[in-house]
Amino acid sequence: MKAAFSKAELESDIARRFGDAFKVHEKPVVETLSTGIDEVDALTGGMPRGSISEIFGPASSGRTSLMFSMLAHATTHEETCALVDANDVFAPTAAVAAGVDFNRLLWIRCAGNLEHAFKATDLLLHAGGFGLLILDLGDVPGKDARRIITSWWYRFRRTVEDRPTVLTVISEEACTRSCAALALELKGTAEWSRAAEPSNVLPMRKQLPLKPPPIAQGNRLRLNSIKINRQRPISAWVNDSRFSAQAFV
Amino acid sequence: MFACIHTPQLPPDVSLREFAYGFSPVVEETRADTVVIDVDGCELLFGSAYQLANQIAARAKAARLRGGFETTVNVAIAANPDAAIHAATRLKGITFVSPNEELTCLGDFPLDHLDCSLVNVEKKVANEILETLGLWGIRTFTDLASLPTTGVSERLGQTGIRLQQLAAGKTDRQLRVKQPEPVFANSVELEHALSELEPLSFMFARLLHQLCGALNAYALATNELCVTMQLEDQSTHERKLSLPYPMRDHKVFLKLLLLDTEMHPPQAAVRAISISCDPVKPRVLQNGLFVPLAPAPDKLELTLARLAKLVGEENVGSPTLLDTHRPDAFTMKRFTLQMADSRKRSKTSKNQSPVIANRQCLGFRMFRPPLRAIVEADQGWPTQISAWGKQRSVYGKVVNLAGPWRTTGDWWREDQWARDEWDVTIDRQGQQSVYRIYRELDSKNWFVEGNYD
Repeated sequence: MKAAFSKAELESDIARRFGDAFKVHEKPVVETLSTGIDEVDALTGGMPRGSISEIFGPASSGRTSLMFSMLAHATTHEETCALVDANDVFAPTAAVAAGVDFNRLLWIRCAGNLEHAFKATDLLLHAGGFGLLILDLGDVPGKDARRIITSWWYRFRRTVEDRPTVLTVISEEACTRSCAALALELKGTAEWSRAAEPSNVLPMRKQLPLKPPPIAQGNRLRLNSIKINRQRPISAWVNDSRFSAQAFV
Repeated sequence: MFACIHTPQLPPDVSLREFAYGFSPVVEETRADTVVIDVDGCELLFGSAYQLANQIAARAKAARLRGGFETTVNVAIAANPDAAIHAATRLKGITFVSPNEELTCLGDFPLDHLDCSLVNVEKKVANEILETLGLWGIRTFTDLASLPTTGVSERLGQTGIRLQQLAAGKTDRQLRVKQPEPVFANSVELEHALSELEPLSFMFARLLHQLCGALNAYALATNELCVTMQLEDQSTHERKLSLPYPMRDHKVFLKLLLLDTEMHPPQAAVRAISISCDPVKPRVLQNGLFVPLAPAPDKLELTLARLAKLVGEENVGSPTLLDTHRPDAFTMKRFTLQMADSRKRSKTSKNQSPVIANRQCLGFRMFRPPLRAIVEADQGWPTQISAWGKQRSVYGKVVNLAGPWRTTGDWWREDQWARDEWDVTIDRQGQQSVYRIYRELDSKNWFVEGNYD
């Protein structure tokens, strides 16, 4: 009896018995939807269709800017989009400045009722035909988001997997658990920068020497890190990856 | 055989067509004072053609209370409708024209009496031909009918042949029966009043199935359903379902009607139901291979109805900005599918990409309603903010700020606004967030309007 077996002998023996156990299966190409921001697309490859993507982070980390960019890109490329707004925080005046086409956007306002938000998302997923479906839980407190039962996420994953729909969940903390194919964690903080060009916005008060300059035309949000959780979790930490967004007045 | 009814003095409020329907269902209204009916099959009811003609004349002369209109009519019966019309308009009383002996009755009529519109000949052309015939010495129907057909064809063409056949009483045509406009409406009266939705749904299903069957038969669709329910308390409950696209699927209609009835239930039990619709031409769509994904119209309509039932009709739709500087001014309009022209799609997408890159805007999350805040200010500059609401709270030290920007408007209205806005960064336990706050100029109250994100 042989005391040791080589790896190749073992593999061939197992393959003979169990067929193509060691065969490397090629993963099918996943269709993606661009976010409209080149830096994010370069890192993630876009939002995958037929699966759940999660964008989470604290307030003022850039979640809504990213959401506006995705909606603007999708609606202007003739995708029908839907936004389930759990806390009724969507600002149409800001979205139109970002280029969102409201003729292709269905907005459902749930007035803080989480159950309604999930039922509405379920109805829209089963109706089908939407290119981008966003479930905005950004203002739902973390403790409430953690109480969302896992079976809802599994149900959504199962429903969306055969459809070319991008289901994106925006939240304060990660709540989809292992159901999301892509998880983006935003840790940016707002940075104030002085406008390079002279501003035509006049200060209401005379500047005092100890006070900061009252004129600011732009805010620069810094995207500090991205964690990508695909089917094989890969963590990618990117330092100082920035995307700039002009403040609207 | 055909019977023509003609009256030279028709009362203004009398419809000769409605009078003729009393004798035959097949009625041609040639003119207001002349109608032609098909008498085939009327023998069982009225006897021979002559007896029928007598009954027509007698009923016309009868009093109004007995179905008449107190007027003398001329009735002519012939084998073809045109001969009957000529006889009735020229001869008084009852005239019977035997088959193949039309010229015996009509032969002496002058050519001026020839009604050329019966064979679709224009008046101008007919006048020219009649003038030519007059020059040739042709004066009566018999004269025209006895001309050789070949000669008439060579000199007057096919129009002359048609006029010759008309004069001879040999035209062969069907009556031009005016079809009544189809009415797409169904109703049912219930033996017992129904107050539950489930039994009502069976009634709705039956009526909608018949209605959609009728629409299908005429290749039509509808984009509006009118439902009227007579209630037990003698009141009426009316609902109108407007659809963005013409449809004729009774299952979709049933689901939409049930959802609408659940949202707007009648106040009492239902005794009678009536459903009607206005037919329109169905929408024809040609799908393309490269058209982007979109929801199916009927599925989308059902989904929107379910969403409206879940969150309320006013909370589902597409936002539309109002033409005002008032903050957060918008309305919700009904969401409808946008069908893009695939030929224009490539141009649109090429033009849009560079525009989007330049329009990346800072996101903003609006607090509805705004949070009432307590702000500590140092010489007018906010330094500390506390705001508490049902679902969120904002508190902390102001570490950075910009503003104020004054905005006012609608000063002539009661709901005018005037406020100073600030953008502030608030530090709360090491976490910094940017908010927009404002102070109302009249009440001096502070509010947190939203969060930059």
